[in-house]
Amino acid sequence: MGWFKRIKENIKTPTREKRETPEGLWYKCPKCKHVMSSEDHSANLWVCENCGYHERIGSYEYFSFLFDNREYVELASDLISGDPLKFRDTKNYVDRLEASRKKTGLKDAVRIATGLLNEQEVVIGAMDFSFIGGSMGSVVGEKLARGIDHSLKHNVPFISISKSGGARMMEAAFSLMQMAKTSAKLSMLAKAKIPYISILTDPTTGGITASFAMLGDLNIAEPGALIGFAGPRVVKETIGKDLPEGFQTSEFLLEHGFLDYIVARKELKSKLALSLKLFKH
Amino acid sequence: MPTFLDFEQPIADLIDQLEQAKSIEEKSEVNVKTTIKELERKIRNTTKELYENLTPWQRVQVSRHPDRPYTLSYIEAITGGEFQELHGDRNVKDDKAMVGGFGAVDGETVMFIGQQKGINTKMRQYRNFGMPNPEGYRKALRLMKLAEKFNKPVVTFIDTPGAFPGLEAEERGQGEAIARNLLEMSQLQVPIICIVIGEGASGGALGIGVGDKVLMLENTWYSVISPESCSSILWRSWEQKELAASALKLTAKDMLANKLIDGIIKEPLGGAHANPLEIFERVKVEIQKHLGKLKEMDSEKRIERRIKKFSTMGHYETIETVHVPVEDTGSEV
Repeated sequence: MGWFKRIKENIKTPTREKRETPEGLWYKCPKCKHVMSSEDHSANLWVCENCGYHERIGSYEYFSFLFDNREYVELASDLISGDPLKFRDTKNYVDRLEASRKKTGLKDAVRIATGLLNEQEVVIGAMDFSFIGGSMGSVVGEKLARGIDHSLKHNVPFISISKSGGARMMEAAFSLMQMAKTSAKLSMLAKAKIPYISILTDPTTGGITASFAMLGDLNIAEPGALIGFAGPRVVKETIGKDLPEGFQTSEFLLEHGFLDYIVARKELKSKLALSLKLFKH
Repeated sequence: MPTFLDFEQPIADLIDQLEQAKSIEEKSEVNVKTTIKELERKIRNTTKELYENLTPWQRVQVSRHPDRPYTLSYIEAITGGEFQELHGDRNVKDDKAMVGGFGAVDGETVMFIGQQKGINTKMRQYRNFGMPNPEGYRKALRLMKLAEKFNKPVVTFIDTPGAFPGLEAEERGQGEAIARNLLEMSQLQVPIICIVIGEGASGGALGIGVGDKVLMLENTWYSVISPESCSSILWRSWEQKELAASALKLTAKDMLANKLIDGIIKEPLGGAHANPLEIFERVKVEIQKHLGKLKEMDSEKRIERRIKKFSTMGHYETIETVHVPVEDTGSEV
């Protein structure tokens, strides 16, 4: 006689009839492991209700809660990257671009839109980290430049939301020069005395920090974002020891004098509106 | 004894033979004059052939040649010693990797600024290998503003493996310092000429690189990243640096073809280090030529043209706009 005789009947439900949890219904915070429904998570602007961790989001999400009634007009949306250098590493650059477009449904790593923010007209350029690490190539530079041109032409404040690993290597010096290009355009905005607010979100590093992201009349950031010029790994290798806790976070930058304030995503719209109002009146 | 790069071995061998022939002539009474002449001709031809067909990676090697002249040597030669170095950013400290000051070029005052590398191990450390900290970029900006105040043109010499990626550099805002220079240089009222004399690595180079005329010496490179770092990121190994150097299109010729710089200054046979006096003279002539024209222009016009030049840099395409719904559905992340 066997020791383990099955007394109860075994499970007979066929796999297809199993009541599975549909994917994406739940969100588990990567920081505190708190579980919440995805619906609650997005209603909370993709911020963990338990620990306040700000999940990385893209241009669609930012536009959805910054523009009044989610209404906005996208600018320069017909620009896509070429392959000026016929760049090839382990993959062709054109294939990388194609794969990124397919995966994300985006055309490149920034989207520019104009609309109302608490009834004040603004131009917003928001970056998408999901598109080749939010890297800045010619298209990102040109789109930002056109957004700034729109601001200049209509005398409307310009807002950028940075989220990028830096310059796009596959466009080499072309991408390097986008740093000069965006900064030169911003100098025109500064000369015309039109406000520019730079919002730095997780992560903002490399050529983005060394150009438009640090040039705001106001530089503001979401809490806990990684912000720096050199990446933490590179700095660690340079100094040959462990980095202090909180190094290159928003809070670190605020403490060292490079940010005007830190703002939780939930208050982003109202604080932006107040800043804009104070510039105006 | 001069330093030879790996691809220069044929030249080194010939020079060896030449030395031998000369010592034979000294010691004995054998006439080797024809041999010496023949060897000298060979050296010239081999050098010419090698240098006319340098690969991008070989140019990177030449740009880092330990005998290559650095910023202060150019300034000393061009001003004939009539140069006064100015120090400090008036904020934190004096960055030894970034030098600058007023100098006279045939009687006309110019503000010279540039990254400075060291000539020996001790000096290389002192100069932090030509890698400025934020205070270096702020010192550069202070000097540019000083030049603007007294209506003197600015000439920058670019030669850096990059802005220093250290802990204090981050604390003091390396990114902000470079960004500020890009913006301020765009609007500077006086003429600016930027010349890449060695390595032009990324934002660290561009931080003093926004000018009315941006020139590169023939055997220099300018890009968003060094070939080694590019190789390590994209190929996950340091071994593909030669491939990376080619892929990055970082030579003066490629940069000019892509309209990212305004001109190339030809180097003497065998590179700038083979004949420093000649390259100093050529650089001086170029500076004077361009300054002459730039000074004639109205400053607002000059600024407008400078901004326009950088604004048109880039390569992109347009597609027929397909209708994309802008209504957001609150999609999951």
